[in-house]
Amino acid sequence: MSDSPILLRVRGLCVAIGEGEDAVRPVDGVDMEIRRGETFALLGESGCGKSMTALALMRLLPPGGRIQSGEILLDGVSLPDLIERDMRRERGGRIGMIFQEPMTSLNPVMTIGEQIAEAVRLHEPEQARNPRLRVIELLRSVGLPDPERRTDEYPHQLSGGMKQRVMIAIALAGRPSLLIADEPTTALDVTIQAQVLDLLKGLQRQTGMSVLLITHDLGVVAEAADRVGVMYAGQIVETADCGEFFRDARHPYSRKLFQSLPESRKRGRRLAVIKGSVPSPRRRFDGCRFADRCDRAGEPCQGQVPLCTLVAMRHAVRCHFAEEPDLSATGPGSIDPTPADAGRNPPVQAPLIEIKGLRVHFPIRAGLLRRTVGQVRAVDGVELSLAAGRTLALVGESGCGKTTVGKAILRLIRPTAGEVLLQGESLAGLSGAALRKRRADMQIVFQDPYSSMNPRMPVADIVAEGLRAQGKAGKPDQLRARIAQLLQQVGLPEEALDRFPHEFSGGQRQRIAIARALALDPKLIICDEPTSALDVSVQAQILNLLKDLQQQLGIGYLFITHNIAVVSYLAQEVAVMYLGRIVECGPVEAVLETPLHPYSRALLDSAPIAEANRHVERQPLQGDMPSPSAPPPGCHFHPRCPKAQPLCRETYPKESLLESGRRVSCHFPLGLVLDSWPGRVGMYSCPPFRGRTG
Amino acid sequence: MMPELVILWTDALIFLLVAGILLFAGYARRREPLCAPWRKVVRSRVGVASLIVLFAYVAVGLLDSVHFRAQDAKGVETGEVLSLFDRIASPLRTRQEKTYSAPLALHLYAKENIETPDGNTVRDYPRLEHAGSHLATGSAAILDQARLLLVGAFEGLLLWAGVVALLAGLLAWREGSGFLQQMEVLFTGDEEDIPWTTVLVMLGMILVLGAASWQLAQHYHLLGTDKVGEDVFYQALKSIRTGLVIGTLTTLVMLPAALLLGMMAGYFGGWIDDLIQYLYTTLNSIPGVLLIAAAVLMLNLHMDNHAEQFGSVQERADMRLLFLCLILGVTSWTGLCRLLRGEALKLRELDYVQAALSMGVGHFTILARHILPNVGYIVLITLVLDFSGLVLAEAVLSYVNIGVDPTTYSWGNMINSARLEMAREPVVWWSLLASMMFMFILVLAANLFADAVRDAFDPRLRNER
Repeated sequence: MSDSPILLRVRGLCVAIGEGEDAVRPVDGVDMEIRRGETFALLGESGCGKSMTALALMRLLPPGGRIQSGEILLDGVSLPDLIERDMRRERGGRIGMIFQEPMTSLNPVMTIGEQIAEAVRLHEPEQARNPRLRVIELLRSVGLPDPERRTDEYPHQLSGGMKQRVMIAIALAGRPSLLIADEPTTALDVTIQAQVLDLLKGLQRQTGMSVLLITHDLGVVAEAADRVGVMYAGQIVETADCGEFFRDARHPYSRKLFQSLPESRKRGRRLAVIKGSVPSPRRRFDGCRFADRCDRAGEPCQGQVPLCTLVAMRHAVRCHFAEEPDLSATGPGSIDPTPADAGRNPPVQAPLIEIKGLRVHFPIRAGLLRRTVGQVRAVDGVELSLAAGRTLALVGESGCGKTTVGKAILRLIRPTAGEVLLQGESLAGLSGAALRKRRADMQIVFQDPYSSMNPRMPVADIVAEGLRAQGKAGKPDQLRARIAQLLQQVGLPEEALDRFPHEFSGGQRQRIAIARALALDPKLIICDEPTSALDVSVQAQILNLLKDLQQQLGIGYLFITHNIAVVSYLAQEVAVMYLGRIVECGPVEAVLETPLHPYSRALLDSAPIAEANRHVERQPLQGDMPSPSAPPPGCHFHPRCPKAQPLCRETYPKESLLESGRRVSCHFPLGLVLDSWPGRVGMYSCPPFRGRTG
Repeated sequence: MMPELVILWTDALIFLLVAGILLFAGYARRREPLCAPWRKVVRSRVGVASLIVLFAYVAVGLLDSVHFRAQDAKGVETGEVLSLFDRIASPLRTRQEKTYSAPLALHLYAKENIETPDGNTVRDYPRLEHAGSHLATGSAAILDQARLLLVGAFEGLLLWAGVVALLAGLLAWREGSGFLQQMEVLFTGDEEDIPWTTVLVMLGMILVLGAASWQLAQHYHLLGTDKVGEDVFYQALKSIRTGLVIGTLTTLVMLPAALLLGMMAGYFGGWIDDLIQYLYTTLNSIPGVLLIAAAVLMLNLHMDNHAEQFGSVQERADMRLLFLCLILGVTSWTGLCRLLRGEALKLRELDYVQAALSMGVGHFTILARHILPNVGYIVLITLVLDFSGLVLAEAVLSYVNIGVDPTTYSWGNMINSARLEMAREPVVWWSLLASMMFMFILVLAANLFADAVRDAFDPRLRNER
């Protein structure tokens, strides 16, 4: 592909928003080339200008924004010079675009067929009379099952993954030679993400179009891209072929990104963090944009703007030290040499919290009398236990009920059945004041650091809220000292006390949320995807902090997440959840190395891993997760399971307990001989087990 | 001897409201998130201009809300209850003519039999008793009026210059910079700050207009007289208080119920929600005008039967005004309640409310600390938007005779008494025009102010621009 002709050439692209002195320049000198049939990944953290670059290519900048300088040549046509009418033909014609959020990109009151037909009519006038055939053809090409029927459905009848397929179909209607995909899979689950990435790759093979893939996820880059450009503060700081990039990233920023990725190899060590934060787009630079945050920054970095240096074939780096060998020898994927003090796992003690037969059913009411006509079984018989000072990760796709488990433990949702024992004491019977008092022992940290704090309260009040509610506030100056100490514990300065949440960045807000949870000296903190809204480098800071706090204070974490990499880095035990039930549970090394349940296997396979040559052929999991209001009969997973047998359609598998503490609910666990399960003991490579009626 | 103060019910509530606003301002001064949107309001041209107009109205309204028992020259109580505004405007109040006269006219609007000094009877327009009484017979009124206008305008300009100097002095003192420097800021304006030029222009217009009309009104009937010969300009000014009372106290009356019920319905859900929803849907389906009519007529009957409970006509009229506010409040709280329920429903699911719950914070503490401050913007926007609607509602209700007491000055009453005269030939138009004009300016200012407030407070609009 490296010799195919260049399709898109961007030179010195500058985008300005606003006028004169106050103008913000989110894109400031971007150069890139995309060849025909190539996937170019634009990688960067939020606020680095990657989406703005895409919008500039489409000439769809927000009000006040304009292309200040630079050239954009698409197949020899200069896009900035086109008049608006011609540009409109290019959009959706030669350049297609898909967005991050498929839920809001489709008009809810039009059938998807009409919405695709709209694009077909615009770009293929000869089909305008009867676009239906072309619509069905497009839907079939994006792998939507039963396209004849689907064309007449409305967006709400489709799942998120299907909607993204429809968006791709619309983008394909104009037969684009360049497809811009702006975080196309960020809002989707890993299994669906794998499907969509495979689809894009397949389409690319068929049509020979180029793809500009915008993402923040190194894993997605490794899965899907041919070339990669790392963006930082409005510039591309490194471009390379994908393989080369993952083998030998040269820019200090790219390296730091690799080092801050959580992985199982880094267990027990601190993740590398990038000091400081992304510079404001208002800032003017005299030297290297990364100099303030770079460990290697030296004399030339502050005063002299680094130029793009070619370090190898098709590998350019914008760094003064690009050609020097890396002194710290921290190549990509290698480990931060400063180990944190504990790689050891804390000893297993009596369980801190035990969850027995937890069920949360939401009634579906219908009709005049609001009679219950069905149940949404969000959580359907979950058993878990967690010892103090340990981390149990609960993984699963969105909608599997993992957040509901967390809320039911905290009694934020009243469980339908089952009990939660905290240090042997049941919480089920508690109510009113007794429950409020007991709540001090269990705290929660939420996913979205923006909605988890009252925007009208200063930080001091936010952190003190629990202390006040529990009557432990004490005298004002004592309280203030305590809060200052808590803030210091999570790495925030004392000045933060009187400031308001909006003055902090996402990572800092998450620290405040952790301080708030710590204020009551809890024994258990439920972390509900605490890092999934954060950038990689910030995620590393928060994970380090959580790990440190656990070692200092011996708190147990129930870590709810969909990110397998975080699980492998942080947790000691893992439970995989599917449609309200735990399908597999056990020590993290065992489960991630040799998953027994086909669903665990599929989850692991779908999770993109940031390593070179990850273009492995694999079978992505087909279909979507069924609705918890009507789970399939038999094993819930059988409609998507590659190993399903007739037995799976009939009965839900009993839970089998293996000796190492692993539990699995499957008739035919992977790696075990079919006819001997569950039966004779001691014949398998896997630890012995005993069957258990569940 | 100091006259005895009379505190009417509405006076007390108005001053309570003013005190509340001042207290809140003092509290908010030190809290940036509370100040920031207000700063945005005063930094918009429309916002600050409408605010100044509103201030002018409020000033008249407040002056009209300090009541005392009137005394005659010897210090004997006359039994009348007057306000500070009445005292200031006594030339307008006391100079009553016989019947209609056109604005700035010297003669009545109707022909009468006039006895000439020589004993004959002539049918002609009689000379007004008070208007232009200082004029020498035969001299043209128009010249005198032009002179008064110029004098007034000059006075207004002087006053304006004084205010500007005071403002510059205050700013210089606050900023710690020079007086002249601040003068420059005031006149050239500063992009980031309050649009001072707009402030100055608005102030100048109001002061010049005010002083000129004051000069004219002292010697003529600026906006004519009504059927019983009362000065229409005076009536229109007196009506300001009624409008403001209706517009503010009504919302104040409905606020606690709407706030509490709306937030509870949204936050608790379940049967509490059902109950509250049932309550307000029922209330909403009763035709509002009928309910108001029934309540006002019942009150009338009650007041007629217990006339001894009311010390003066004013107290009686005031009671009726307050009651009108109450009943308007009862019929109009449902809209706000519904809005608040929706917002609370949304807020209840937010993570910080969940976090507070998981820390064991009580439900009512959550309502007060997390829900209330975050629905504040809805309450404020609704209040400001409702204000103009209520001022208009008063006019309509008084027009159909179920509004304020007929003795209370109000725009609605003015329109009501003027409507028949529209059928007269020649038309008596000034009563209607005066009330409409005053009402129009107030409602326009209130609406523009409401827009500015919404732009500043509504989080959904905050990211635009």
